[in-house]
This record gives sequence, structure tokens and C-alpha cells, in this order.
Amino acid sequence: MKTLLSYSFSSLATHMHSWLKNVIANDLLLTITELVIIGVCLLVFLILLAFFLGYMERKVAAFMELRLGPNRVGPKGTLQIVADTVKLLFKEGFTPDAADKFLFNLAPGIIITTALLAVAPIAYAKGFQLWDINIGVLYISSVSSMAVIGILMAGWSSSNKYSLIGAMRCGAQIVSYELSIGLSLISIVVLTGSLSLNDIVESQANGWWIFKGHIPVLISFVIFVVASTAEINRAPFDLVEADQELTGGFNTEYAGMKFAMFLMAEYINLFVVSAVAATIFLGGWMPFHIGGLTGFNHIMDYIPSSIWFFGKTLFIIFIIMQFRWTFPRLRIDQLLNLEWKYLLPISMVNVLLVTLMAIMGWHF
Amino acid sequence: MSASSVIFYIIAAVIIGGGILAITSRKIFRAAVYLLFSLLGIAALYFYLNYEFIAAVQIVVYVGGIVVLIIFSIFLTHASGDEMKRPVLWRAVFSGLATVFAAALTYLFITDHNFVPVGYALDHPVAPSVKNIGLQMLSTTEHGYILPFEVVSMLLLAALIGCIVIAIKIKTKE
Repeated sequence: MKTLLSYSFSSLATHMHSWLKNVIANDLLLTITELVIIGVCLLVFLILLAFFLGYMERKVAAFMELRLGPNRVGPKGTLQIVADTVKLLFKEGFTPDAADKFLFNLAPGIIITTALLAVAPIAYAKGFQLWDINIGVLYISSVSSMAVIGILMAGWSSSNKYSLIGAMRCGAQIVSYELSIGLSLISIVVLTGSLSLNDIVESQANGWWIFKGHIPVLISFVIFVVASTAEINRAPFDLVEADQELTGGFNTEYAGMKFAMFLMAEYINLFVVSAVAATIFLGGWMPFHIGGLTGFNHIMDYIPSSIWFFGKTLFIIFIIMQFRWTFPRLRIDQLLNLEWKYLLPISMVNVLLVTLMAIMGWHF
Repeated sequence: MSASSVIFYIIAAVIIGGGILAITSRKIFRAAVYLLFSLLGIAALYFYLNYEFIAAVQIVVYVGGIVVLIIFSIFLTHASGDEMKRPVLWRAVFSGLATVFAAALTYLFITDHNFVPVGYALDHPVAPSVKNIGLQMLSTTEHGYILPFEVVSMLLLAALIGCIVIAIKIKTKE
């Protein structure tokens, strides 16, 4: 039983590596093969995830509005998203006449690339991480700050005034909410003393930070969830798209697979911010442990680490999806006021509190 | 050629190609996008050298900050989608000359510098980890950077206050 508990995916990876090494002699070829395998696995996972999140979003929306949601295609409507994807595949990839064609076609690529880059350092289970970079948190927040350029590019190159207004709003929104996200992440970095996602998960072996860190960490968790909902342009902060006023905002002119790429990037971003919140505040793949209670901790260890990770991530995704049907959309001035007059001062004071707590050792 | 040098040449091609396209493109928004690729290439070069912290900071500051600001200011200009006029000849000549001299200066620095060959130990090797960078940044000892750090923070504070003063709305009495 001991071996089962300490099992991690790293042994699987080592086996794969040694097997491939026997088959392929050339080092360069071996590296490329492994990269291709990892890339294909990741893409298939993310596409399935986007399907699942699309289905989940509709079901959650239906639940909140007392509807049934999709229930015709496949059992319980599970194949609805597949049908939608096929529809998008067959649509014409339309480019407006007055658009800057090069940038118009480049923008979806940039947006999906930034979304995929941010996925790299996430730890899915014990010993199962694509890239254990020692600045994981900083890397994710820096890469996700690039998404704004794709949206600005899409909005400007469409040569449509609604798209342009949507893009301008997006720029103001993302640049300002990044600050709160950074400050709320810093509070946990201060407590852990490391930027690596793996170290942060390991530091929660005797309890998750949201329980260990008292009220200041709870505040930064709430700020992180609010600010990242704004960062990924989801309702109630979706005035980048704002169907009623901007008829879709920056992606008005996009159709077919280019639009599908925006949609997929949105779901990947949703997954990334929820996974980061789960990793930083809720312990990532670390089971629910209470420092000192060895028997209880042992029972919790029987649940596999990947289930813990995905359970926490889906829980946060569920919360963010509920926001959409709970709050009305903000106006642009309300949006900027919320960030600059409330969230930013609160998170600045909060960082000071957390630093004091870390120095005095008041956390568990 | 090893895989490592292939990657290096690809990165170098992106940096130089992006730079050349950024100054030769006559559509100003496209020029900003090419500049973005050049700056991303530099971040990739830092990753290639294992300077992960510097690479992430390069992305945050240049890609997430400066290029976004450039794009915003392009949005605010009139007719940002039209092709710009060809530059006047004498300006092109002088900027060409400036480039040549800058290249010569850089070449001089590179040839003068004594690079340590691969495999030789440095005198005081310091891992470029976040911790070491942070300690060095706030260190008051001989090679510490506390004074430049504080000076730069004063400068940034002054810039912030300046922005607020420019943007502030003074209520007029009615």
C-alpha cells in the first residue's frame, strides 16, 4: 500500500524516456519526438477540457436560470459542444475587406499561444508537471499579460468601431487588474519564500494557505478570484465583448475557426486562473491535511492527488461561472473605480499585513 | 550543429528579423507588432541562457507594459491604418550612419571583452536565482545595488506624481 501512496507520475515519465531512448538513438530526434508527444497530449487534453467547460457553462447557466440547458444531442446533451464545433468548422473563415489582413489573421494565433504558454508550469498531480520552472508564479503572470496584445490587435485590425472600443476597454481593464493579481499572488510568495509552484504546493503539506494564513490570505484569495475574473474578461467584467452595446466587441468580425480559437483561449484562460488559484491558495494536488493529525492525513492521502487538483480547480471554475449569472455587468468607470479605489489599496495594505505575519511567524 | 545552436540561431533570426521589419514597415501598427516579436525573442534568449527571472521581467516590462503603451498611443493617433510617407533621404542616411557606428561600438566591446571559455570556472560564480538577485539588489556591501535601487524608486515615484498632476481634474467653481 505504501508504494501506491507514494506513487507519482515521474516514474512513468522515466520509463517512457528510457524506452524511447532505446528506440531512437539520435539525441536531437529524441528531444523532438518527446516534445511532439507532450504537445499532442496537452492539446488533446485542453480540447477535451474546453469541450467539458463549454458543456459545464451551459448547464450551470441553465441551472441558475431554472432551465434544462442542452439536452437533445447525445445523452443529457453532452455532445452539444461537438455539434457546435462541427458547425464552426464548416463556417466560412471570413476576413473583412477593410481589415489589415495580416494582423487580423495573426491575432487569434497570438491569443491562443499566450493561453497555451501559461499552461506549461501547472502541476496536475504529484510529480506530474510539464515544466518545473523555479519562477512559476511570475512566469504565469508575465505570460498572461501578453494576452492583451492579441485582443488589441484583433480589435484594431477588424477596422470596426465596435471592435476598437472593445479592444480599448480590454487594454484598460487588463493592465489595471494585473496589479491586484500580482499583489495577491505576492502575499503567498512572501509566506512561502519561493516562486516555484512545486515549492508552494509542498509548503502546504500541513494545511492549505487559505486556512493557515488567517484573514489576510482569505482577503487575497477573494481579490485574486475577482481580479482574475476581470483579467479573463468574463461576466460581470465582460464589457470587452458586451453583446448589447458592442455586438461582441473585439471578436465581432471573426467567424468559423478563428472565432473558435478565441472561445478556446477563453476556456483555457479560465482553467489557468482557476488552477493557479487552486495551487496557490488551496494546495494544488496536496490532499486536505491538518498539521498534527497523522491518522486523518493518512486517510486523505488515499484519494489520488490528481483528483484533489481537478476537484479544487473545478470548484473555482464553478464559482466563477456562477458570477456570470449573479452580478450585472459593470460600466467602464465603475470597473476602473473598483480596481484603483478599492482592490488595489486593499491588496497593498494586505501585502504589508502578510509580510508582518510572515516575519513574526504568526501563521501555522 | 547541435540542437542548442539551432535554437540559438532561430532566436537570433527572430530578434534581428523583427527589428529590421519594425523599422522598415510603413504601417505603424505593424511596426509595433514586429517590435513585439523582437522583444519576445530577447526574452527567449534569456530563457535559453537559463536567466528565467530576467526573461519573465523582460516579458512583464517590455511586452506587457511598453508595447501595450506604444499600441495605445498608436490608437490615439489619426489615421493609424494608413501607410506612412517614405522618410526623407538625408534622415535615412543619418540613421543608417548611426546604426553603423552603434554596430561598430558593440563589435568593439565584444572583441575587447574576455569571455570565459566553456568549462572554465569563474572567479565568483553566482547562480542567477531570484533569491541572489534580490539579496544583491538590497545589499549595502561593496557590490550591492541599494543606492541605484533607491534612486530609481525615487525617479519612479516622481514620475507617478507627475502623471497624477497632469491628469488631475481641478473642480471649477460654478
